[in-house]
Amino acid sequence: MTTQQPTAAPAETIELERAVVRHWKAPISYAVLTVVALVLMVLLARDGDARLRLASGSDFFQIPDALLPARATGVVIVVLLALLTAYAAWAAATVRRVGVWLPIAFGVLFVLGFLTWAGAGAMIPIAGLLFATVGLSVPLIFGAMGGVISERAGVVNIAIEAQLLGGAFTGAVVGSATGSTIVGLLAAMVAAVLVSMVLAVFAIRYFVEQVIVGVVLNVLIAGLTNFLYSSLLTDNPALNSPERLPKLPIPVLESIPLLGPALFKQSIIVYAMYIIVPLIAWGLFKTTWGLRLRAIGEHPLAADTVGIRVTRLRFWNVSLAGAVAGLGGAYFTLDSNGAFTREMTAGLGYIALAAVIFGQWHPIKATAAALLFGFASALQQTLGAIGSPVPSEFMLMLPYVVTILAVAGFIGQSRAPAASGKPYIKQ
Amino acid sequence: MTLELQGITKRFGALTANDHIDLEVRAGEIHCLLGENGAGKSTLMNVLYGLYQADEGQILLDGEVQRFAGPGDAMRAGIGMVHQHFMLIPVFTVAENVLLGHERALGGLAGAKQKVREISDRFGFHIDPDARIEDLPVGVQQRVEIIKALSQDAKVLVFDEPTAVLTPQETDELMAIMQQLRDEGTAIVFITHKLREVRAIADRITVIRLGKVVGEASPDSSTTELASMMVGRPVELTVQKQPPVLTDNQLEVSGLTVLDAIGQKVVNDVSFSVRGGEVLCIAGVQGNGQTELTEAILGLQPKATGSIRLNGRELLGKSVRDVLDAGVGFVPEDRKVDGLVGEYSIAENLMLDRYRGAPFVSAGTVDRGARDEFAAEKLGAFDIRAQDIHTRVGTLSGGNQQKVVLARELGRPLALFVASQPTRGLDVGSIEFVHSQIIATRDAGIPVIVVSTELDEVVGLADRIAVMYRGGIVGIVPAATSRDSLGLMMAGERPAAAEGAAA
Amino acid sequence: MNDQPRDTDDPIEPTEQQRVGGSPDAGQQPAVVHAPETTEVAAPATTVATDDRTVEQEDPWGSAFRRIMGGNLVMAVLAILTSLVVGGILIAATDERVQATSGYFFARPSDMLSAAWEAVAGAYSALFQGSILNLARADAGFAQLIKPLTDTLNFATPLIAAGLGVAIAFRVGLFNIGGRGQMLWAAAAAGWVGFSFQLPPVLHVLVAIAVGIVAGAIWGGIAGLLKAYTGAHEVIVTIMLNFVALWFITWMLRTPGLLQNPGSNNPISPAMVETAVLPPIFGPPFSLHWGFVLSVAAVAFCSWLINRSSLGFQFRAVGYNPSAALNAGMDVKRITMLAMVFAGGFMGLAGAQQVTGTVTTGFTSGIDAGIGFDAITVALLGGSTPWGTFFAGLLFGAFKAGGFRMQAAEGVPIDIILVVQSFIVLFIAAPPLVRAMFGLPQPGTKSRRRRRDEAALRAMTKGEQA
Repeated sequence: MTTQQPTAAPAETIELERAVVRHWKAPISYAVLTVVALVLMVLLARDGDARLRLASGSDFFQIPDALLPARATGVVIVVLLALLTAYAAWAAATVRRVGVWLPIAFGVLFVLGFLTWAGAGAMIPIAGLLFATVGLSVPLIFGAMGGVISERAGVVNIAIEAQLLGGAFTGAVVGSATGSTIVGLLAAMVAAVLVSMVLAVFAIRYFVEQVIVGVVLNVLIAGLTNFLYSSLLTDNPALNSPERLPKLPIPVLESIPLLGPALFKQSIIVYAMYIIVPLIAWGLFKTTWGLRLRAIGEHPLAADTVGIRVTRLRFWNVSLAGAVAGLGGAYFTLDSNGAFTREMTAGLGYIALAAVIFGQWHPIKATAAALLFGFASALQQTLGAIGSPVPSEFMLMLPYVVTILAVAGFIGQSRAPAASGKPYIKQ
Repeated sequence: MTLELQGITKRFGALTANDHIDLEVRAGEIHCLLGENGAGKSTLMNVLYGLYQADEGQILLDGEVQRFAGPGDAMRAGIGMVHQHFMLIPVFTVAENVLLGHERALGGLAGAKQKVREISDRFGFHIDPDARIEDLPVGVQQRVEIIKALSQDAKVLVFDEPTAVLTPQETDELMAIMQQLRDEGTAIVFITHKLREVRAIADRITVIRLGKVVGEASPDSSTTELASMMVGRPVELTVQKQPPVLTDNQLEVSGLTVLDAIGQKVVNDVSFSVRGGEVLCIAGVQGNGQTELTEAILGLQPKATGSIRLNGRELLGKSVRDVLDAGVGFVPEDRKVDGLVGEYSIAENLMLDRYRGAPFVSAGTVDRGARDEFAAEKLGAFDIRAQDIHTRVGTLSGGNQQKVVLARELGRPLALFVASQPTRGLDVGSIEFVHSQIIATRDAGIPVIVVSTELDEVVGLADRIAVMYRGGIVGIVPAATSRDSLGLMMAGERPAAAEGAAA
Repeated sequence: MNDQPRDTDDPIEPTEQQRVGGSPDAGQQPAVVHAPETTEVAAPATTVATDDRTVEQEDPWGSAFRRIMGGNLVMAVLAILTSLVVGGILIAATDERVQATSGYFFARPSDMLSAAWEAVAGAYSALFQGSILNLARADAGFAQLIKPLTDTLNFATPLIAAGLGVAIAFRVGLFNIGGRGQMLWAAAAAGWVGFSFQLPPVLHVLVAIAVGIVAGAIWGGIAGLLKAYTGAHEVIVTIMLNFVALWFITWMLRTPGLLQNPGSNNPISPAMVETAVLPPIFGPPFSLHWGFVLSVAAVAFCSWLINRSSLGFQFRAVGYNPSAALNAGMDVKRITMLAMVFAGGFMGLAGAQQVTGTVTTGFTSGIDAGIGFDAITVALLGGSTPWGTFFAGLLFGAFKAGGFRMQAAEGVPIDIILVVQSFIVLFIAAPPLVRAMFGLPQPGTKSRRRRRDEAALRAMTKGEQA
């Protein structure tokens, strides 16, 4: 029939010649930060010692305060930063990969230098700073997890703010009305799921541009909660005074110096977070659920051709994202604040979104980003208390500036799931 | 397993894409489905695969009527598909792609890896289950598609235009794989419009045209017979043209190298020249740097070094605007993506690259009168079939869209004409029109470059042929070079005596 | 927003099939045709997608407009009515008398129903009287009767300008969520000119507004620059820039020597100099100022810019199909940046109008009053066309004007307006939902299966292009 012989030669890997490409963005970013450090810590150096308080009352043993002379510390740190920058530049010039230790070391040194400079002549309670960091990060982390799940499934979640706000409001009202914080917690999740479902229906069923639905939902929930707050809660304060979730210190662990109080003297929501974040990370990369979730976010048609029901899977995963974000909402009214106030999320949903992007759509990295942003705002509060040389507004700007630099490619590489934001038109 | 399609009819609006199509494929045979672009082959296979639902007719496997609500059902029934555009997730590994959708059946990632190794060994594929798809070359990706289908124990395998992206060598290897599969008892449906491949491998051939089966052909039929069956009339495979009359116009490309985003040399030290009055065809398998080469000429490639001189003027480093203003006419490879704004009217598309200054713009405002007058003239001159000049280009057929592109690019004074895949996806009538326009441009004394992956077109149009392989030019040979040596060159083998094999 | 890409083997494109040169069933003995005199036929109308969803897929903004103006005014009206009904339900549900009477609903349902009716009718009548005609004061003269109408125009003034700032970006395929930041910078810049310089009357306010427009344009341009040259997604960048602007302006407002009113401890600026205030058009009792005329002029300019100018031709081309624009020699990066500059400029006009017209007694960091976000709904309702935006701005201006009266007279929190507005946009964006609610036939009334097929086909071909 044919003269072809089955020869099936081994697949030869086709590789094109490569030219050497050097990436200068990272060294440039380091250099800029080093110059900033130089200006602040050496040229504008402040006199006096910064006292970093590392201990808190219930520790096993008390770590003595660290007493750092501001000027000298600044010089040392700037020199170290310059060395790291030089190393990064050398690595770029010789096309070498640098490990993740470099940005971490750079960041820690920079923060330490900044603390010493800002805290010159004052005392900075590090343990308290860490405690505040965790507290401020909790809603960000839950929101970011909601964002990660939703975006990995291919639906852009601008509505994190709405999910947090809806959760906060419902948690407060149901928690007050039933007198049960756990019921309030569940109600907060349900409310956020409902917000998610609206997003899902409009984005998946009606193919409405996802960014638009998200933005409109944020406006809608803000309007709705404001309206209900003004028309119901102000006249019925009983509906807005939920019991707060008790702090449940974990014995032994809470006495670990420095970290113990911050991590292990928290409410059940925070402990839930410790479980949920690794669970999502594991699920996303190690389970069937995660494999399919990532598939529909990357190439829904390919998923469809192997029999995965894209639309349904997207819908339920966006709903799940809402449930997770709802916990973050509940944290506002059932843990940190104890009552609902108008627009109390104050744009934190957008910071959570920023954490998703800065964290490269990865649960662990996004959590780290959220902690970083939480740290920035805790630092701003602490510095405000001791009389900061930096206006607090600049500290508040930090997460947003960092995110802009991240999406502009100056810090890290942001690569969104390929099909995120694109409706899958089928069914 | 025997697959039967009985009276499959599939309509889209007023159009009948498949009209009572019957087809039978038995175990252990390769059945070719031959037809022109738009004949309805892919629609039929998507019906078979459960992506579309047929309006009439039924699908039978071993005599049993099947109902496929989606690809999952088809897969479970034993039908596998190697898609024309691979259904692989680029950021997943090979094993993850195989695993997806069959997590339990394959027994998790470990099971999937095992399966990949098994099938890979059986066919001598040498595929690493942990390699990421995006890092693999196209030919290997296609093998992953095959593994994916085989991992589901497919008894019927559909190959949808599988050779479009392969080198002649890879094509041979693929055919060997198909034969091995057939000999193991798989029923194979091979969809293509390439006559040579059909004749080489088919056990049976069904020709479809305009959504209908026009008949079966024997694998012994001549190319001409098959072609006329496919097109519906005798086909003139050659292009009428006179010997070239060279003019002083000249494009000189020397030492051109283009880097892509990750630093690969997609065009590697390419040099050639084209004189006015001749057509230089650039042949090669898709993805060997042809696209990047034409884009570099137009100024679309930022990381290009070397020199591109048109009549002594350097074009490299100039903006697209300046290159166009220097008199370069350009027909892009993908007219819908790069050539036209679908939402714009014909008239607006005809002025798309002349949005500054005379004749269409004065005082920052578009002169609608001048625009419409020009459009009305071109509508007639290029025989663009549309209601009027305000018809949205997106609603036109491919042939008419290409005529709009040609009318625009040939509608201003030119010093160079570059056409990339100018007839891709067109029907035979439009192909003839496009070819005659290209030859007319050449005869007007303008240097012409045509990039094509279709050897027939290359041989028909060219005065000289340059063959590209992995970014370099393998050689520049006369139009009379035999297909066999062209084929070898497309696989990277240097010809014995070729001019300017500078790469 | 590319032209719907299709595969070469796409059966929906019928003209690629040659219908001349032998009938399709000519069989194995093909008729010989020597010259293809007619090689193609014009595409039949069926290739034009009639399904809403297709249209949406191609061009959500243009189609929103087509839906409203192109004989689909009905859908817009239904969307607005439905949203008002939703708002009414909320008003009734939160009314105290309704709650009180609902306790004995089954005993005497009429009590609750009449309470609900009174609550809703009262609220919406206040809304009407606060925004269109004040019937309660009809006897006080014509001026009092139509004063609410001029209030509506006043509220619409910045909404229209800001709406243009979203609409023009939409047309270039960009989302400008950054209205807040752009307006804040514009307000700060225009305000600074307004309170710290002494200039002749008309000139002063014009200079202040011009400086505001430039400031907004620069802030928008930064987002455009980042989008064009680094590929950063403009949605993220503009959102983040909003907060950067917010904190920066807040800092300036609380820092003596920058924007803070000397002698004040609050983060508020000094009042505008009288010459920097937009003068009223009619004088008392009307508050309508010349800012409205500026907004109308902006609409006219925007209309010329988008539809007639060479730049607009490039804007739209880039918005529809950036690759084709690139191949046609357009500088897509420059166009992207310019689009955001213009978008920021229109936002800047809105911000400047706020300080020179709405709040002239010194501004805070809340000067944007949420208009940056309202603008998104305005532009959407207006289908991203300049005049559509104008009318949408009028409608939402009326809601705002009436909303304040509703709050004052009936005690209904003005936040209900935000809710109604959001619902309108959601309904406008998803016509099939509204049709389903009203039991209207879905256009084309295709079987579910066929819609599914066609959608799958589009998805296929879309994926293939990727």
